[in-house]
Amino acid sequence: MNHTLDAKRMLCPMPVIRTQDKIKTLSAGDVLEVVCTDPGALQDVPAWCRINGHKVLETKTTDDEVFIIIEVVE
Amino acid sequence: MSKQRKAVSLISGGLDSLLATQVILDQGIHVEGINFFTGFCVEGHTHAIRKQDKDKVKRNNALWSAEKLGIKLHIIDVIEEYKDVLLNPKHGYGQNMNPCLDCKGFMVKKALEWIKENDFDFIITGEVVGQRPMSQRRETMPVIQQESGAGDLLLRPLCAQNLPETLPEREGWVDRDKLLNFSGRTRKPQMALAEKFKFEGYATPAGGCCFLTDKNYSDKLVDMWEHRSSRDYELDDLMMLKVGRHIRPNENFKMIVGREQGENKFMEGYRNMYPYIHSTSHKGPLTLLDGTVSDEDAELASRIAARFGQGRDEDEVEMAVKYPDGKELLIKVKPIAKDEISEDWYV
Repeated sequence: MNHTLDAKRMLCPMPVIRTQDKIKTLSAGDVLEVVCTDPGALQDVPAWCRINGHKVLETKTTDDEVFIIIEVVE
Repeated sequence: MSKQRKAVSLISGGLDSLLATQVILDQGIHVEGINFFTGFCVEGHTHAIRKQDKDKVKRNNALWSAEKLGIKLHIIDVIEEYKDVLLNPKHGYGQNMNPCLDCKGFMVKKALEWIKENDFDFIITGEVVGQRPMSQRRETMPVIQQESGAGDLLLRPLCAQNLPETLPEREGWVDRDKLLNFSGRTRKPQMALAEKFKFEGYATPAGGCCFLTDKNYSDKLVDMWEHRSSRDYELDDLMMLKVGRHIRPNENFKMIVGREQGENKFMEGYRNMYPYIHSTSHKGPLTLLDGTVSDEDAELASRIAARFGQGRDEDEVEMAVKYPDGKELLIKVKPIAKDEISEDWYV
């Protein structure tokens, strides 16, 4: 199942905390798109995923926003 | 087979917690990290705002530490609960608005709750006896154990040999002989141990990991409280203290003037919460107004804001003042002269 998390206007580590809390409610195989405006999230959210075993499928940036697409791993 | 013992480590992102965790990992203990976000953590909202900092490496040092150590990290939002620690510190403040002793006790207490909920055995921190003037003195370290309720479940691996035995040592979960005896303010033993562990690129934040130890930040926080009916605050208030020039030309309102493009951009997100000023005739900063602002105040604020724009030397610039309720004023003002801005206005 695909989910979206709006973490715009939050500064790190809030996008990480929100991602962490959201993933707790998801199941293995679910895909979560996190949308942020803090460019620091591009570093921090994937780092959190690496240490907690979740898979970053894609990251992309526009002028104002950062998108991180994560597959939840059990 | 003996039970696999588990510890949670308070990971700040600094060197001491990194080392303390590695010392315990090396004894075969399963360690996971915990990092509490109070709203004042330097880790958070500094690097994201200013455009001039965009080229700097953006990393959260707690996450970096966890990755180096190969452990899980749980980042926990304690903003609401932390208010009571900051507003009513039993042991008072340090040099600025830093309630270090209460803060450490609070964090260890939260860690104790966490280990109970998650079936872990004990807590470790990177504290070193004599390292810091408030929370890491020989007399205050037992206070943290006592007031947090953690008692002898709290192990400080870097200085354990200077302290009474804890439960993990008595029970043989960890070998006291392999713990350390660091003390005092010198950082040399930590640096030598980092070298031994081959840790490179670790963070060395001056003044620690908390904005409350910073005088400028603390001054702005106190000013905010003094000009509000309550000392309560929200995360957005804390963010605003970190951004822009803060100028209080009048008791009833404060101006927050963006210093550069990145700050202006960040502050744009707050235009629905505060009255704001921008110039319609010249390039210039975005200015947020915090407080109660009369039309007369808006004119004074416009003159001051114009001082920081490209029309500063013009006889007249046009400024727009917009309010969250939709009201808008377009006013023509002469930018205030540099020497008319009192030094006392700067918070």
